[in-house]
Amino acid sequence: MRYRAPPADALIAAHLDTLTAIFHRRSGITHLVTSPAPEILAALTHPLTQEELLARLARDYDLADPDGDALAARLDELVASGLVSIA
Amino acid sequence: MRHSHFLRIGPVGFRIGSDWRAPIAALAELYRDYPIPDVADYTVRLYASQPWRRWIRPSVMIGGDYMLPEAAPLPLAHGLLAAEMAMNLQLALGHRRHLLLHASVVERDGRALLMTGESGAGKSTLSALLAANGWRFMGDEFALLDPLTGSVHAFPRLISLKNESVAAAKTAWPKGRFGPLLAGTPKGDIRHLVPPADAIARMDDPATAALLLFPRHGAAADVRDVPPSEAFIRLTQASTNYVALGERGFDALTSLIRTIPARAIDYPDGDTAIRLVEDLWAQL
Repeated sequence: MRYRAPPADALIAAHLDTLTAIFHRRSGITHLVTSPAPEILAALTHPLTQEELLARLARDYDLADPDGDALAARLDELVASGLVSIA
Repeated sequence: MRHSHFLRIGPVGFRIGSDWRAPIAALAELYRDYPIPDVADYTVRLYASQPWRRWIRPSVMIGGDYMLPEAAPLPLAHGLLAAEMAMNLQLALGHRRHLLLHASVVERDGRALLMTGESGAGKSTLSALLAANGWRFMGDEFALLDPLTGSVHAFPRLISLKNESVAAAKTAWPKGRFGPLLAGTPKGDIRHLVPPADAIARMDDPATAALLLFPRHGAAADVRDVPPSEAFIRLTQASTNYVALGERGFDALTSLIRTIPARAIDYPDGDTAIRLVEDLWAQL
């Protein structure tokens, strides 16, 4: 199963502080997210499996202890919110 | 409608129609220095629920271009309040030219102080007190944020004072023009204060937002920083048309949040509030 974020121009992100406001143009909904959601969305510009995504995040952000279960939970939340779809 | 009046408040023109003369007469007197609009953006109607209710236990239904189906009628004695509520309703439900923030606004040197908070936080009272201390009053109900320029436009309608804030405003504005006492309204005892002459004369002058304040009346004096994310959330809640404006609203609000500082103040009385505001303003 592969996950995919909307094209970059479909979202507008405004980094506020620990929270990032993301406007989803297609739905007109504003989402308030915290790390690692913005990083996941940035990494999913191309469809990736959960394992590929974890490896990508571990590489890009130098994760000492990549946690697959935690990533799965965050992906489920992003899918439920409509910000990530299953390719 | 049998009786009508046209008036413009800032960039918004209203046509107010009524089945009764009294609310229109009160409006015409209190808004006598306001211009007549070229075009009425919104129509407000004060009407009787049944023809005989014009005369027998008259009660005022609130209507217009935009209506709330569950809006309860008001007694004719509160007709002025009904007109004010109806004008606010048109803006809250229909306005799309600006991002509307439920806030009072005062200005100094071209820069605007926005004060927002729940009803009873003291937005109206504070704006009236600051206006008596050298600030220009721009509005006590809505800040109109232009999504294109980021400017704040004035909407200086009558200042709505509730309960004990009437006495405070009378002290600050001993020569102020006050409307009739509207006792026992759903919001308590209300009196309207006509904004100062310069607020009306300069109501077409926008200002640049400089400080966002979340005042709270009734606690010991305190000031704290409000992080941008909290300010963003509170302002989306304080906006009546954020969702309707879509991307324009998002851009306008995030730009505002990232441009100006946000502070929360607690204050026990008006003098303390003015001191806190002046201190914060001096630090900008």
